[in-house]
Amino acid sequence: MRKGARVRRRLVTVLLAVIAAILVIPAYAAADDQGGETLSGQIRDPETVEGIEITVSRDGDEIGTATTDSDGEWEVELPEPGTYHVVLDQESVPDEYVVAETPGAEFDEVEVRPGQDRAVIFRLALPGEEEEEESEPSPTEEGAEPGADGGPPEEAEEEAPAAPEVERGASFSTRLLQTTLSGITFGMIIAISSVGLSLIFGTTRMINFAHGDMVTFGAMMALMFSTGMVFTAVPLVVAAVLAVVLGALLGGGMERFIWRPLRHRNVALIQMFIVSIGLALVLRHLLLAYFGGTRVRYDEFQLQSMLTLGPLQITPRDASIAALSVLVLVAVAAMLQFTRIGKAMRAVADNRDLAESSGINVDRVTLYVWTLGGALCALGGVFYGLNQTVYWQMGFHLLLLMFAGVILGGLGTAYGAMVGGLVIGLVAMLSTLWFPVELQNAWALAIMIVVLLVRPQGILGRRERVG
Amino acid sequence: MSSESMAGRMPAPESHDRLSGVSPVPGAAKPDPVLRASGVRRSFGGLTAVDVEHLEVQRGTITALIGPNGAGKSTLFNVLTGFDRMDSGVSAFQGRSLRGLSGHRVARRGLVRTFQLTKALTRLTVMENMLLAARGQTGERMVGAFAPWIWRGQEAANRERAEALLERFRLAHMRDEIAGSLSGGQRKLLEMARALMSEPTMIMLDEPMAGVNPVLVQSLLEHITSLRDEGVSVLFVEHDMDVIMGISDWIVVLAEGRVIAEGRPDDIRSNQQVIDAYLGTQHDEPGAGGAEEGR
Amino acid sequence: MDFIQILAEATRTAIGPIAAIYALAAIGLNLHFGYTGLLNFGQVGFMLVGAYGVAVTTSTYELPLLLGVLVSIGCAFVLALLLGLPTLRLRADYLAISTIAVAEVGRLIYRSTVAQDITGGVYGLQQVAGDFYAWNPFPSGSYGIDAGAFSITFSARDVWVMTVAWAVVLLASLAMYVLTHSPWGRVIKGIREDEDAVRALGKNVFAYKMQSLVLGGVFGALAGALMAINQQTVHPDAFMPQVTFYLWAMLLLGGAGRTLGPVIGAIGMWFLLTMFDGLLRDVSAMGLLPGIAGGELGALRHAVVGLALVLLIVYRPQGLIGNRKEMLVNVK
Repeated sequence: MRKGARVRRRLVTVLLAVIAAILVIPAYAAADDQGGETLSGQIRDPETVEGIEITVSRDGDEIGTATTDSDGEWEVELPEPGTYHVVLDQESVPDEYVVAETPGAEFDEVEVRPGQDRAVIFRLALPGEEEEEESEPSPTEEGAEPGADGGPPEEAEEEAPAAPEVERGASFSTRLLQTTLSGITFGMIIAISSVGLSLIFGTTRMINFAHGDMVTFGAMMALMFSTGMVFTAVPLVVAAVLAVVLGALLGGGMERFIWRPLRHRNVALIQMFIVSIGLALVLRHLLLAYFGGTRVRYDEFQLQSMLTLGPLQITPRDASIAALSVLVLVAVAAMLQFTRIGKAMRAVADNRDLAESSGINVDRVTLYVWTLGGALCALGGVFYGLNQTVYWQMGFHLLLLMFAGVILGGLGTAYGAMVGGLVIGLVAMLSTLWFPVELQNAWALAIMIVVLLVRPQGILGRRERVG
Repeated sequence: MSSESMAGRMPAPESHDRLSGVSPVPGAAKPDPVLRASGVRRSFGGLTAVDVEHLEVQRGTITALIGPNGAGKSTLFNVLTGFDRMDSGVSAFQGRSLRGLSGHRVARRGLVRTFQLTKALTRLTVMENMLLAARGQTGERMVGAFAPWIWRGQEAANRERAEALLERFRLAHMRDEIAGSLSGGQRKLLEMARALMSEPTMIMLDEPMAGVNPVLVQSLLEHITSLRDEGVSVLFVEHDMDVIMGISDWIVVLAEGRVIAEGRPDDIRSNQQVIDAYLGTQHDEPGAGGAEEGR
Repeated sequence: MDFIQILAEATRTAIGPIAAIYALAAIGLNLHFGYTGLLNFGQVGFMLVGAYGVAVTTSTYELPLLLGVLVSIGCAFVLALLLGLPTLRLRADYLAISTIAVAEVGRLIYRSTVAQDITGGVYGLQQVAGDFYAWNPFPSGSYGIDAGAFSITFSARDVWVMTVAWAVVLLASLAMYVLTHSPWGRVIKGIREDEDAVRALGKNVFAYKMQSLVLGGVFGALAGALMAINQQTVHPDAFMPQVTFYLWAMLLLGGAGRTLGPVIGAIGMWFLLTMFDGLLRDVSAMGLLPGIAGGELGALRHAVVGLALVLLIVYRPQGLIGNRKEMLVNVK
């Protein structure tokens, strides 16, 4: 089959080009060419402690020792993969602390896989104090996360986006208002990112599992340009614009060189889902490999004094994010409602066959949808990164909330994604008023399950016609 | 179960006579209705797809359901067979209400349907397709599956019956091929044979002749007629007017979701309302013939 | 490290306990996707509840190990019902979205402070399944071949885990063979092809899908339980979504809808991945990979699994032992 061969060649070319393109980008992380296995960790709980000795041994033979540095970090290089015994020397612990009972001062069997940089967590506690009290690193303080874990995907990382910045002492109504404000901001970020997801589903019936990683891509591109990793550092605003352009190119490129050829080959939808998952893995882990596993903030707009609006406090940064989000969403809605291409997008999303038979160039509209989706993802990523931190898994976690949003709003409808995203953002944030912060995503996804049970077509979706 | 289906399969060679006293008006009562529906409505958004006041299908006859595109034929099929829910209305099969029954329960009652787009189970062999349709298989329970000695006898009996049906539908030589390798027409045959394998009292065929070459159409027609002669009631949707007029004992005409006429082929041919309904659309003119493309 | 050594290490991993555990979980996925056509992107969720079923029972409550295994199976049952009830009546893509989400939410809940008293939160649980090693019939020592550069040896502990794990894989494969060659298997394969057609023949499609989801989930949970036993610890971050995608890659490599597909896929995939790791480390040590920190080499392996998924779907959808003709037929 000549056509098949041509498509194959093109696919391979594109995949190679993508990989090559990423390989030439100078890395963010300092090159550390040491490739062996290590055991490492950071003693930081309740504060970073220097001078604690950790010994690694195997079958009774000592492999190495390490002492925590001023950041509380330690690392032991290992000769090979295997199972190791890790002990914290209790003698070296300063008098004001004891080793916390969980997880204790000793790990019997720490399995290290080839190439793995395995993290081992030791914790300290104040004598006589129950460890529960400080077990949750307070997510309410701006910049509380000690970002520099550096490491493999398996490492413990903080999951939940930071909760609204309110002192616990504030009255409930103030907290409610403040949380609602953060919820709306967060919701709009979800909405911006998921418009594309929903439109792509509508136009091609495909769930793009790589959509979250397109968000991460946008955030990381902006980081790259704003910190001067390539060429010269540019202001974040300019970097964001560049990221959006690259996001659009990524989205459009994926459609043009991967999805369209696959569609024309009549690859079944289920197979396409798997391809999109494969692409998501590739994109996510290439970003991880080149930007590292640490949480990073943009240099600009970080330490800002709060604006006070009556009982509400908001940083100028978050206020700008909210305002810009509204503008973008209104602009997208206006584009969908009034421009020719926007109307065509909605028509194709509504009924691809009908749109095709009424003379719309469906392939071209799909290309625009992917381009738009990619651009919006990148923008959402920059906003999300500004609002929280830039992190290699940010997009995947956002993807789950985007799924919840588009299902809530109605799969395949652009406005549904907007409404659904907003609701999910609000639910996630408001849940923190009553429930632990770390479960906020769980509540959002619980909403999704309920929607599937009660009204699977979503708020704005139409019931599927059978037959 | 088998006694029930046997009762429904009483030979009725004189099927034409059974409808002799029935007047050709919409909603006419039949002497021995196998399927009855009243006040059936189904709408999508603002559009009412089906709104049937009353409809009876006589046992042991071939009844055709015709109507222009978008008349609601497929929706009516779906609603009656439990593949879609009706907004309001009641339906009864062999005198027992079908209210709230899901698709597989309706099928177990003996009302078996086929689909407009053939649903051959492509990666199963032709024989597996047939065996799947047999009723009450012990080996289909998850626990039973682990005890082959319990279901082996039943399986052999089913295989014998499937073999006979494949022979009859001239598919026996393909029994070990995967169904995906059959031609479009052969798939239609397989789907019909498979439906028969489940010993239906009544069979509902959604455009069985769509996309089939003229030679095969003739053989499909013979199969349908012989089904009736064995006592199976047949309701089918078709576009080809020549086919319909030639084979049907009774014809029901649907337009915009309503039954606008019913009667014997001769009654329908001369019915002004039917002609208007068809002329109102560019496509399906009565007697235009030829295979309509199946959407 | 020279090539022979890398080869030995790859072989060791391919027949080791981890490969067996992944094979078992992939067998469950094969039942879901390969035979029933269910798009389960959250198989890791079943492994999670399975691992914690054992760990919580034996470590937190200090109850016997076998009870822990029963708890694992019970948890998988409940999880399958939770997933299936809302989604199995809907289109396939809803199940895909829900499974990926529910597995991740499960992990978030198990690692949360709310559950810390039971699951150990972010610190996980240690010292699970001491019973298992107390039963080890193999005298301590080193087992395997030791031939200079090409040496593959296992400790008595490893041999015991491997024996049990591969035995479970064998039993599961046998069960799958019997099931998929029975009328029950015929029905679920029919559902994979077209569930409406099967429904029209009077089969309760929902019940069959649910049975498949539960049984495949139980296989996943058993794999999780073995994982907890093998590592003697459970940690929530060992159950990231990537694990599911590894399983998918293994299933597709071996061949979906074939009894031995997931087993061959797991062995092959671990062999290739370990080779890749070894070679990559060598290449990196030679300084040929500028810009990648040592700690991030593991990330490249995940990227390679992703690439493998794409290439398999595009070029060899039937996997190593599948039937290409059948695969092509299904393409609509």
